[in-house]
Amino acid sequence: MGIDKKTVEGVAHLARIELDAGELERLSSQLEHILAFIDKLSSLDTDNVAPTSHILPINNVLRKDEPRPSLPIEKVLANAPSKQGSFFSVPKVIE
Amino acid sequence: MDLHKLTAHALLEKLKNKEATSEQILADLEKRIEEVDPKVNAYVRRQKSESRGQKTEKQGIPAKSGDSPQFSKGIPVSIKDNICTDGYNTECCSKILAGFKPPYNATVIDKISAAGHGILGLKCNMDEFAFGSSTENSCFGATRNPWDLERVPGGSSGGSAAAVAGDEAIWALGSDTGGSIRQPASFCGIVGLKPTYGRVSRYGLIAFASSLDQIGPLTKDVQDAALLMNIIAGYDPHDSTSIDIPAPDYTQDLINDAKGLKVGIPKEYFVEGLDPEVKAVIEEAISKLKGLGAQFKEVSLPHTEYAVPVYYIIATAEASSNLARFDGVQYGLRAKADGLLDMYKKTRQQGFGDEAKRRILLGTFALSHGYYDAYYLRALKVRTLIKQDFDHVFKDCDCIITPTSPTPAFRAGEKTDDPLKMYLSDIYTISANLAGIPAISFPCGFTKNGLPVGLQILGKPLAEGTLFRMAYTYEQNTAWHTMKPRL
Repeated sequence: MGIDKKTVEGVAHLARIELDAGELERLSSQLEHILAFIDKLSSLDTDNVAPTSHILPINNVLRKDEPRPSLPIEKVLANAPSKQGSFFSVPKVIE
Repeated sequence: MDLHKLTAHALLEKLKNKEATSEQILADLEKRIEEVDPKVNAYVRRQKSESRGQKTEKQGIPAKSGDSPQFSKGIPVSIKDNICTDGYNTECCSKILAGFKPPYNATVIDKISAAGHGILGLKCNMDEFAFGSSTENSCFGATRNPWDLERVPGGSSGGSAAAVAGDEAIWALGSDTGGSIRQPASFCGIVGLKPTYGRVSRYGLIAFASSLDQIGPLTKDVQDAALLMNIIAGYDPHDSTSIDIPAPDYTQDLINDAKGLKVGIPKEYFVEGLDPEVKAVIEEAISKLKGLGAQFKEVSLPHTEYAVPVYYIIATAEASSNLARFDGVQYGLRAKADGLLDMYKKTRQQGFGDEAKRRILLGTFALSHGYYDAYYLRALKVRTLIKQDFDHVFKDCDCIITPTSPTPAFRAGEKTDDPLKMYLSDIYTISANLAGIPAISFPCGFTKNGLPVGLQILGKPLAEGTLFRMAYTYEQNTAWHTMKPRL
């Protein structure tokens, strides 16, 4: 399975990354090269193999549902590129 | 007094005997950094404009802000730029995190503080978001190898490794997702350990691939690695993937005796692509260990050739998801833009370097509709096969021995134009992350050109002790770890 410029453009939109023409050209050909290498995986028969998404036999780690101290708002907002009162401020979303 | 040349355990002895103070150690270390770091660039030098707060980055700082007496008790630890330090810049060497000062400490930092040690205010250089094997993908410029300034220190923890090798750090922390502690340790002639997945808390480690990442020590000798593991290992309720089993005292495994240990030599690691000089050095190290009582036998890890492709699907898929949080809203860079979507896209275009973009795009592709089964799901299945290979070998072996890297340190710029070539330099280290098992790299000789070669030992889950015993036995009977680069 290959990857063409149109697919890379679509993926870049999904990943919310703008690419200029030069980047699109370069990254497309590099990704094609990398995927051609990765395609060697298709030579293996994996029909009866269970996937491993996680190496430890840990499931549903829960903690007690009790209140704990959280970070103060001013500390959380200290890194914000833009803020208003106790909120992160972003460009207008609703027209 | 040249305190910077000493190991942490030697310095702890000096502190105990009142032959030195923590202030003297820090002052001596800072002098050394000032002397040699302009050549090595192991530490990040941030521009004033990138630093929003008042705190100075130059001085040694206590691990906990406002807790200065702690510092004078210990030996400063150097920290990779992706491990959160409360109130001090932590930017993953990426433009997108410019100016970021975490509002909390990573668990490992609090543990260092609780053990009576401080951390160095300067953070260690790295490949952006740990994406790389050469520390050339840093927005603060590349780190150079102290053994040969024309060559790379390895990566992504290249700053941590070069700092320790160049005596600009006493000991250091790095992170290892596919070899990022062990490969630079090998290139720089020092000791590096990737612990069992879940042994060290990842809380406060800025995530790259959450099912593979582990924090671990980079040190001048095996004893220091055991001491640092004693400090950082253990269960952490803040990390849901942390293992709830008490960590042992790893110094109990500093045993100078390999008798009775059964070691597997995987035939798939000694094939074409392995540099002949590296091969010769490794074979000599194996015969040395034979003389010290270890028993060797050839074993097979048949799915080894699939480890790199599996890794570059799983790691990039997880990275594409983890890095979605860098969008210009809560921290770091925000690009000037027309509307919210445009802000996301421009911020990420301007903030991420080339390798970060490549990996995010590859991971997004592997997870996207129509490709998920062919790439991501298939990779997860082959990961099972790779893990089973190890389970099988560990039925009658205590550990496995391999080269850490197929080559010694390569030249700066040699692989930057060919991402795939760069990826293949991790061919011997990636499997340990996929299988979640511990692995150590330690120096075992030099090439004719004077470049260090590292030996890797992989162990069963939670068997860090076996790795320490093997490495300690080898180290106590050789002198490679005492060699220093001329800087």
